[in-house]
Order: sequence, then C-alpha cells, then structure tokens
Amino acid sequence: MPLAPSTPSDIDIVSHSATQTHRLGRRLGALCIGGETILLEGDLGAGKTVFAKGIAEGLGIGDVVTSPTFALIHEHVGRLPLAHVDLYRLEGGNAAIGAGLEDYLRSDGVTVVEWASRAGGMFGTDYVIVTFRHISETKRGVHLSPLGPRARMLVAQFRQEAFGV
Amino acid sequence: MTRILAIETSCDETAAAVVDDGVFVLSSIVVSQEALHRRWGGVVPELASREHAVHLAPAVRRALAMAGTEWSALDAVAVTRGPGLAGALVVGLNFARAAAVGRGIPLIAVNHLEAHLHASWLASPMALPSGHKPDFPVVGLVVSGGHTELVVMHDWDVVEVVGRTRDDAAGEAFDKVARILGLGYPGGPAIQAAAALAPATTSGSGEPDARDTLTRPWMRGNLDFSFSGLKTAMLRQVEGELHGNGTPVGNPSRLAEVARSVGHSSAGDDAARPVTERTARLARAFQEAVVDVLVSKACEAAVMYGAKEVVLAGGVAANLRLREALIAACPVRVRVPALEYCTDNAAMVGAVAYRQLLRGEVSGQGLDIRPNLQIGER
Repeated sequence: MPLAPSTPSDIDIVSHSATQTHRLGRRLGALCIGGETILLEGDLGAGKTVFAKGIAEGLGIGDVVTSPTFALIHEHVGRLPLAHVDLYRLEGGNAAIGAGLEDYLRSDGVTVVEWASRAGGMFGTDYVIVTFRHISETKRGVHLSPLGPRARMLVAQFRQEAFGV
Repeated sequence: MTRILAIETSCDETAAAVVDDGVFVLSSIVVSQEALHRRWGGVVPELASREHAVHLAPAVRRALAMAGTEWSALDAVAVTRGPGLAGALVVGLNFARAAAVGRGIPLIAVNHLEAHLHASWLASPMALPSGHKPDFPVVGLVVSGGHTELVVMHDWDVVEVVGRTRDDAAGEAFDKVARILGLGYPGGPAIQAAAALAPATTSGSGEPDARDTLTRPWMRGNLDFSFSGLKTAMLRQVEGELHGNGTPVGNPSRLAEVARSVGHSSAGDDAARPVTERTARLARAFQEAVVDVLVSKACEAAVMYGAKEVVLAGGVAANLRLREALIAACPVRVRVPALEYCTDNAAMVGAVAYRQLLRGEVSGQGLDIRPNLQIGER
C-alpha cells in the first residue's frame, strides 16, 4: 500500500489514553456521510480496535463492537452501515484473499480496515490512513493521512472540529 | 428413535455426522482445511467455500457409511445457518436443503454457537453418561477464536447472554500472543504446550513467581471480558526483555523440539524461533491469567444465576488447564465436551437439531443463511 507522504493535510495527534483514542475515533465517525474508507495501521495493542469502536459510536452503532480478527469482517448498522474488517490473519497480500473479500465491502456505508496493508491496494484510491504508534504505556501517536478528495475533506473537517483551524 | 444427518460448514471444517436422539453419535466426519489456510496464515473465505463444495458430498457419504445407515433411515437433515462465513454457510445449507427435498424429510436450521453449547451432552453409545439431561438453569461458557460469551440456559431453547468480550475473543488472544512469543499458529495448543514446559518455582508450590504474574483484566461489576490489554502487556513485556539485557534463559534445543511438535506456521518468519525457558514462563503467565478470568467469571455467573451445572464450549474448551481449573473451582457440576467435540463438528449440530425437532422447529424451503447470527437467535 503506498503510504502518502506527510503533507499539510495530514494531522499528528498524541493520545494520552485509550479513552482519548476512542473519542478521536468517535469524532471521525460522526463526520462520515457514507462511502468513506478508513485504514488503520499499527502494531498489536496500538489502539486500532479502540479507535474503530469510537468510529462505530460516532456512527450511532449500539452493538458491542469487538475485534473482527477471527471472522475477518463484522457488519454493524447505525446511522450508516459499518463494515469493520481485520486482515491480521491474512499475510502475503494474495489476490485470492482480495477476491473473496470484495464481496463484503459496501459503497453506501463506512469501511474500516485494520491491517489493511496485508491485502495490498484493494481499497480504492480514496481513503484515510490512520497510523498508531506506541509511545508509552498509555500514550499513542495518532497520524491521519488522507488520500483522494473525499478523504482530504473528511480530515480537513476533523481538523476544524478538533482544533478549530 | 430419531436419526438426524447433520452438516456443518460455517468456517474451515467440512463436517457431517449421524446422531440418534441428539446424544448417540453414530459417526462424525470432520475434514479440516487447516493445512490449506495455514499457507495464508488464516482462513481465506473464497478458498474455504470452494473446499466445502469439494469435500461435503464425500464427507456425507462417509458419515452415512460409518453409521451403517441408509438415506431412507433418516428422520431429518440439520445444518448450521450461522454465524459464519457467508460463502461457506451457503454450501452446507444448499446441500442440506436439496437432501431434505429429495428425501421428503424435515430441514432443521441450527445456530452454530448453540450447537457448541450442546456438545457436552454428546455421548457415544458405548459410553452413555449416567444422565444426559441437564438440570436447568445451566451456565455456559463459550470460548473460541471468534467468541467469548457467558450464557444462562434457562431451558434447551431459552438462552440468555449475560457476559461477553468487549474486544478480543479468548482464542484470538491465544493466537496473537502465540505469535508474539514466536510459537506459531494455531496459538491455543502452542501456548498450552509451551506453558507446560515452564519449571515450577523453588518453593515447589507450582505457583509462578511475581515476575511471571500478569495483572488480570477483571472488568469488575459485570460479567464481561477484555483480553486486548493482556495481549498488549505481553507484547510490551517481550519487547522490553528483548531490548533490555534479559537474555533468554533455559535450554532452547529441547524446548524447540516440543514447539515443533505442536505445529508451527509456515506463513510467518518466526517459525524457527526456539522456545526458551523464559518464553515458556511467559506462555504460562498468559494462560494462567486468561484461565483465571474465564473460570472466576463462570463461577460468579453460576452463583448469581443459581446454576445447577456449568458447561464449557468452543475450541478453547480443549485447553486442558482451563478444563482442570474450571472443574476444581466451580461450586456446581461441570460438563466439558470430549476433545473431538470442542472444535467445529457436525455431531453437535445433530444434538441441538434434535431438541428443535422435538419442539417442531422445522425450516421451510426459503431458509437462508445468517452470517451474523447471535446466541438466542435461530
């Protein structure tokens, strides 16, 4: 997956707790209008699922959102449908994997993908990459990088809401 | 006597079984795709569906032959309708529907998770338990790669979820921590084998020392679970020791042999890493923490709901430490499934289908799959 270089449209945040990471996700989820793809990258325990739970809350989803590692995908329905995908178990970026998975992806809702780089570039050309970096026991670096016009607009709105600039 | 042909294709096992009266397993065939998916490091939906299509008819033929039965002796056909992978479920459901139409017998749609809960009441005709009807209410602990749920069964068909994981399933945590420790996939058996190699402490009490004890994620005040933090704690521990001066101690060569015998992933680059004594101790610390939480919450639920029995279910029910600890700690009778009925199989589908048939819960020809089916739904 081509990682976009850090540009002025990118956002760098330090989250001081899982609660704050959850809140950041909720803020991003609340801004979604359908058709967004959000790719979450970072090591085990970096906060990807916590952020995804936040997005779900921002979409008005009442279900308990759990890790979809085993099932590959969990679908939830809220203000918009959410496809929560987790490719942790798929290594090698193989075409056979993509062929099966595309059927599950939908264009009318929001698609959140953990470990997206494991499937290669199968998530279109317009997405936000959110990268989580472990800083200390509870602190995480959160980097939002948009690719494509829709993603840039979403991240710009997020910046406006979060920082007022 | 009621004879049911049961079919299960929800994930990566193609299974068929013939079960009499919901308890007597005449045959149980399981064709595992694990070797195929191991190449990709996990289950690939598209490949799983194709494999089910190839293996299902031969599996059914073998199940019937082994049971010494004919199609004409069957009273019903049962099949898992969910939860599971959509493409995989469709293969089993279409086969079962065609069989039911062809034979003019009832079709019974089964919830895979409830089937797991019924696995403990299965017996071979040679080993009939003293009484195979439970005393309700029964508390059930369903633990697998995709699920960690505490339920109360008020009756065979009244099942209430009272606790669940807020993040990772227990089996998923085992897989991820096995990966962190370089123990390979699937993680459950690998961690159990590595943990068994950890030496007892000098006190000889068998209790791990303080350095080997992980903080338990208790989630006080409710019956929910959380295993994500435990996974992160293990990762930090391993990273800290690798980057510090903590050279792993022990005898890698002997431990490596055992690690190989429990099966390594060929997909990862960590397949050849030897199991050191330190790794074994960490595996034990993790396993003890998970088992401790699962057992404590199951016992708490048993007391809270006045359960007469506690039943263990799902793939993680094969973990020997969990079985032993639950039996030791539980204030009421504990039922554990035979090891062969912990992981996915069709015999358990036949067990739950029998109860549904007695209640007249028969499906029409418009039956569809339900990939997101929850416990309590049918």
